[in-house]
Amino acid sequence: MDKFTTLTGIAAPMPLVNIDTDMIIPKQFLKTIKRTGLGVNLFDEMRYDREGRELPNFVLNQPAYRDAQILVAGDNFGCGSSREHAPWALLDFGIRCVISTSFADIFFNNCFKNGILPITLPQEAIDALMEDARKGANARMTVDLENQTVSSSDGQEFHFDIDPFRKHCLLNGLDDIGLTMEKAGAIDSYETQMAQARPWV
Amino acid sequence: MTNPEITPRTLYDKIWDAHVVDRSESGTCLLYIDRHLVHEVTSPQAFEGLRMTGRKVHAPERTIAVPDHNVPTTLDRQNGIENEESRIQVDALDRNARDFGVEYYPVNDIRQGIVHIVGPEQGWTLPGMTVVCGDSHTATHGAFGALAHGIGTSEVEHVLATQTLIQSKSKNMKVEITGRLAPGVTAKDVVLAIIAETGTAGGTGHVIEYCGEVIRNLSMEGRMTICNMAIEGGARAGLIAPDETTFEYVRGRPHAPKGAQWEAALAWWKTLHSDEGAHFDKIVTLRGEDIAPTVTWGTSPEDALPITATVPAPEDFQAGKVDAARRSLEYMGLKPGTKLTDIAIDAVFIGSCTNGRIEDLRAAADVLRGRKLAANVRGMVVPGSGLVRAQAEEEGLDQIFIDAGFEWRLAGCSMCLGMNPDQLAPEERCAATSNRNFEGRQGYKGRTHLMSPTMAAAAGVAGHLVDVREFAAENA
Repeated sequence: MDKFTTLTGIAAPMPLVNIDTDMIIPKQFLKTIKRTGLGVNLFDEMRYDREGRELPNFVLNQPAYRDAQILVAGDNFGCGSSREHAPWALLDFGIRCVISTSFADIFFNNCFKNGILPITLPQEAIDALMEDARKGANARMTVDLENQTVSSSDGQEFHFDIDPFRKHCLLNGLDDIGLTMEKAGAIDSYETQMAQARPWV
Repeated sequence: MTNPEITPRTLYDKIWDAHVVDRSESGTCLLYIDRHLVHEVTSPQAFEGLRMTGRKVHAPERTIAVPDHNVPTTLDRQNGIENEESRIQVDALDRNARDFGVEYYPVNDIRQGIVHIVGPEQGWTLPGMTVVCGDSHTATHGAFGALAHGIGTSEVEHVLATQTLIQSKSKNMKVEITGRLAPGVTAKDVVLAIIAETGTAGGTGHVIEYCGEVIRNLSMEGRMTICNMAIEGGARAGLIAPDETTFEYVRGRPHAPKGAQWEAALAWWKTLHSDEGAHFDKIVTLRGEDIAPTVTWGTSPEDALPITATVPAPEDFQAGKVDAARRSLEYMGLKPGTKLTDIAIDAVFIGSCTNGRIEDLRAAADVLRGRKLAANVRGMVVPGSGLVRAQAEEEGLDQIFIDAGFEWRLAGCSMCLGMNPDQLAPEERCAATSNRNFEGRQGYKGRTHLMSPTMAAAAGVAGHLVDVREFAAENA
C-alpha cells in the first residue's frame, strides 16, 4: 500500500448526498478477479451514456476536474454494498482523499486498506470546501495527514480527527495482516482458551 | 473494557468482550472471528493475496464458501455459466475452496444458495458468534444474536490469514418496536418504517439492537429480514437477543451443537441479552400499531412511505436533500402528488437474502393462490437456497407461482443486484422484495420499489402498487 503523507491537488465537488457504492462502481465491473483497472469505470452510469460517450455535465468529465485527486462529497458517502471495488476504482482514477460530513462504515474501512484518506468534517467546513472545489483547476487543496489539516486554496484551514492506529498505518503504508501476524501467540492462546470455554463454536 | 461484575452490558458489549484477542493502547482491538462466509465476487483478490505472500487459511474449518452473486438462476445452469467473466469468478471460487480446504457448496449442490440464507440453514450461524463476510448483508445473521457484519476484500484476506479483524468498537443503539403489528403488516414493513424514521445514515457508527414485543413475536425468518437491512439504516450490524424461537430454529441443524455441547451452548446463549440498565448511546422507539404496509418511492431505502401516501415533492425535504429528491423522482419517472397505489408496475421480483426464505414464499403464495399476474407484468420467484426451493416444491408453492404466471427459478442473488442475467430493462418498474433501490441496482435505468413479499405479489396481480390489506378484502 502506498504511503499517505501530504497531498496537494484538485478537488472535485460532488454535493449529492447518499452516493452509494453501486454509483461509484456498478455491478457489471465486479466480475474482475484483479484490483486494478477499474478507474475508467468509476461512476460509470453517471459518467457515460449507454454508448460509452462521456456525459459533459458530469464533474469528472469537465476539463477542470479530469485530474482531480480529492472529492468533496455530500453526506453518507459510500453507503450500500461492501464492494472494495469502490475504493479500488477511486484509487485507479487517481483519487487519494474523500472529504464529507459522514461516510458509511464499510466503505470508510476499505479506504484505509488502500491508501485512501477519508476525512470527516462538520457541515460548515464541507460548505466552505465545496465552494472552494467549485473554483476548478486553479484551486488546489492541501491535505496534511501528520498535522491532520485540510487547507483550501485561499488558506482556510480545517482540523480533522483520525484514529491513531489508522493514521500510523497510512503514514507508513503498513500492511495490517503483517502487523496482526506478529500477534500469532495471542491468537493461539485465545483459540486454546475457547476450545475449552465454547467447544461447540 | 467494561467490568462485567459491576457494569450492566448490552448484548453487543457481551459478544464483543467474549471475542477480544488483544487490545492496543489506542483502544483498537483484535477481534476473533468464529465464522467466515465467502462468495465468489469479493474473495478472488483475497485468495490471490494469500498465494502471493505464501499464507494459508488460518482456520479453514470456520470458513464456508458458496457462489451466489453471479450464478444464473435459469434451469439450464447445470450446463455451465455462459458469461465468461462470471464463469471465471465461480471457477476461481471452486479452485480456491479446494486449494485452501474450506467447506464448499458448489452451484449444483442442493445446499447452494445465497450465503446469508445458507449460513443459518446449515447451522453455521449460532448465537453469540462473530460472523463476517465480504458482503454488506452479513448483518442478516444478527437475527441469531450473532455479531455479524460486512467487510471489504482486504479484510476478507485478513480474516482468511489470521481469523481475526482489527476493530474499533461501535456505539450501542436500541430500536424498540412496541405493541403489535396490524394484519397485513410484516417484518419488511417494520424495517422499511425504521429506515424511513432514522435515515440511511441514522445507524452509522452504531450496532443496533432491535427489541420490543413486535420483534419478540417475529419468526426467525422475520428477524433475519429486519437485521438484513440494518446496513440500509447505516448500522454496522443489527442484533436480536436469542430466545426460544432462536433455539428452536437452530436445534438439529447440520452444524448446530448436539448432546452435551448443545446443553452447554444453550446455557451460555441464555445469558446473551442486554442487562437491565445497560447504556445505549441512541434509542429509537416505534409503535407497531403505527406501521402500515410500506413501499419505497425513490432511490434510497430511506425514501419509504406507507402505501396510503402520495409521492412527495422535492420541496418537502430539508435543504441538503432537495437535489437528491429531485434526482430520485426524475430517475423513477414519478410526479409529486401521485398516489402510491396509482403507480403501475412491469415486473415483480420475489427473492433475495432479505425475503427469499420459505416463510416469504409461503406468504407470497397465499396472496397468489388462484390468481394471475396482470397482463404486461412479468414475475420471477427466486428461492434463497436449493433447500428452500425443495421445501417450497414439497408444499406445492411452485405450482401456485407457475399457475400465476411467475418463473420458478434456481437459487441465487438474481435480480437483487443483477450481476447475473436477471436484470430490469431501462425504465422497467419492479415491485421487489430485495433491499436496495439504488440507481441502476437491478439493471441500467431500472426502477425499483422495495416492499414485502405479500405486497409485491398483490402488486403483480393488480398491475400497480396496492395496499395488501384492501387487496385481501376485495379479493376475498
